[in-house]
Amino acid sequence: MGVIYTIWLRNVKRYLRSKSRIVGSLGMPLFFLLILGFGLNSVINIPGMEHDYIRFIIPGIVAMSVLFTSVFSGIQIIWDKQFGFLKETLVAPVSRVEIMLGQTLGGATTALIQGLIILVLSLFLGGGVPNVAGFLIAVLFMVLIGLSFTALGIAFASPMEDMHGFQLVMNFVIFPVFGLSGAVFPISTLPPFLRYLTYLDPLTYGVEGIRAGLLGTSQISPPVCFFALIGFATFMIFLGGYLFKRMKV
Amino acid sequence: MKIIILESLTKKFNGFTAVDNVSFTVKEGEVFGFLGPNGAGKTTTISMLATLLGPTLGEAHVNGFNIKTQKDDVRKSIGIIFQDPSLDEELTAYENMDFHGRLYHIKKDIREKRIKELLKLVELDERKNDLVKKFSGGMRRRLEIARGLLHEPKVLFLDEPTLGLDPQTRNHIWEYIQKLNKEKKITVMITTHYMEEADKLCDRVAIIDKGKIIALDTPKNLKDGIGGDLITVETPDAESLCPLVQEFSWFKSSNQHDGFVTFNVMDAEKHIAGIADLSCQNNIEIKSINVHKPTLEDVFLHFTGRTIREEEAGSVEHMRMMHKARRRR
Repeated sequence: MGVIYTIWLRNVKRYLRSKSRIVGSLGMPLFFLLILGFGLNSVINIPGMEHDYIRFIIPGIVAMSVLFTSVFSGIQIIWDKQFGFLKETLVAPVSRVEIMLGQTLGGATTALIQGLIILVLSLFLGGGVPNVAGFLIAVLFMVLIGLSFTALGIAFASPMEDMHGFQLVMNFVIFPVFGLSGAVFPISTLPPFLRYLTYLDPLTYGVEGIRAGLLGTSQISPPVCFFALIGFATFMIFLGGYLFKRMKV
Repeated sequence: MKIIILESLTKKFNGFTAVDNVSFTVKEGEVFGFLGPNGAGKTTTISMLATLLGPTLGEAHVNGFNIKTQKDDVRKSIGIIFQDPSLDEELTAYENMDFHGRLYHIKKDIREKRIKELLKLVELDERKNDLVKKFSGGMRRRLEIARGLLHEPKVLFLDEPTLGLDPQTRNHIWEYIQKLNKEKKITVMITTHYMEEADKLCDRVAIIDKGKIIALDTPKNLKDGIGGDLITVETPDAESLCPLVQEFSWFKSSNQHDGFVTFNVMDAEKHIAGIADLSCQNNIEIKSINVHKPTLEDVFLHFTGRTIREEEAGSVEHMRMMHKARRRR
């Protein structure tokens, strides 16, 4: 337990210290929120929903911010590899699984903080939190997204030797995952083939879960979202742990 | 007591043998030097002893523990200072130490006390709350040494600890290492390609070349093994000079390398004139003559027929190729 806490602590300390990273990674989600939210607010009317379009996409943008931060945190171990710090950790008398879990929890924590910042900022842009229960549901789903995608970042970073592969992950994993998730459009009105694709995207369940918490309505029922996402998180943590264990230094 | 035992330790990467059937032992409490040019297999051997790399063949024990089956016990017994930096630059000196202490499960009160002591030892206590990214190369090295000692290891591995440091800092680091060895009774295994450093500070040295141990003894015995003195002659025509000098009764052996020829003789000072006369009579140009007592550098030359500097250029090239090959994999 102590080891997991130690690695977690290092991650959180580093995160809190890099102010530019905190501010920098707010840019993209805020940009989406403002451009899409205000740009399309008046022209889009979502069938069967009493809320504005901007309120509809806030959960999606929160999820986006959690997604980006967590993948980035996971993939950070490439830097540790390049700057040699990882060796210091790997030569200690601790298991790699503990190191990986500490890293995952650390990444999920920073991702959650980042998501909460967006959530707070969205309150000034017409967003809202209905009640404590709704807020806690949203936080739960943010944590699950954070855990899943930090583990995914670690899984990708483990066999990589340098940052060259990072763009690949960004373009072929992160953007498709975000784009297909129903973060910025309702999935129920999609043509069937596209709708099934969104069902395959784990982030869909995260977005819908947060939406259920913040808006009280969602297109996929929250328990389904919960079990789908917790299943994905468990799978990713096992896969990330497996690849991290096999990693060569 | 033997604290490190290697038995036929071998490591192969894609058919390339980096460490080839290496066997030797290190005694408790000694400073053991591991010498050789870049790419000779020093770091690979250390990585195996530190359980970071699994051997392809062979066995090794550190502090009585098997490096393959008792990894955690080996890890608790050793401290390691890597060739490349391994600090977290975004954390302070104290936080780097604290992180290490927690990973090694050192209780809070003991941890705090030792961190204080060690930072004082390496003269970084006044900078303990500064971020490591503000530190110079020498300060970082000192911090890494302090960190490696935090869990009171039996054996300290240092992989090229003075590489890239200025001479003054190098001397400083060596002083620390000697102090630790004397005061804390830590066995030190150190790799370096600075031969004169090893000569001054190591109780025994092993010379490794192309993955094989080619000599192992005290620096004094190794140098005495060459016997006598050395006369190095710089000449474009080493081919004709060698056979002529070989006729003398005092001649023992010679080595040609890169426009130089080194003669191994007894009482060198007496025979310089002889060599000079000989060259004159046979119209062999001599650019310089130099007489010296054997150094570990000469020991390396004696066993491999190459100087370690010549080796350097070649092996750096080789390492690059290896690296490329590994990345392509």
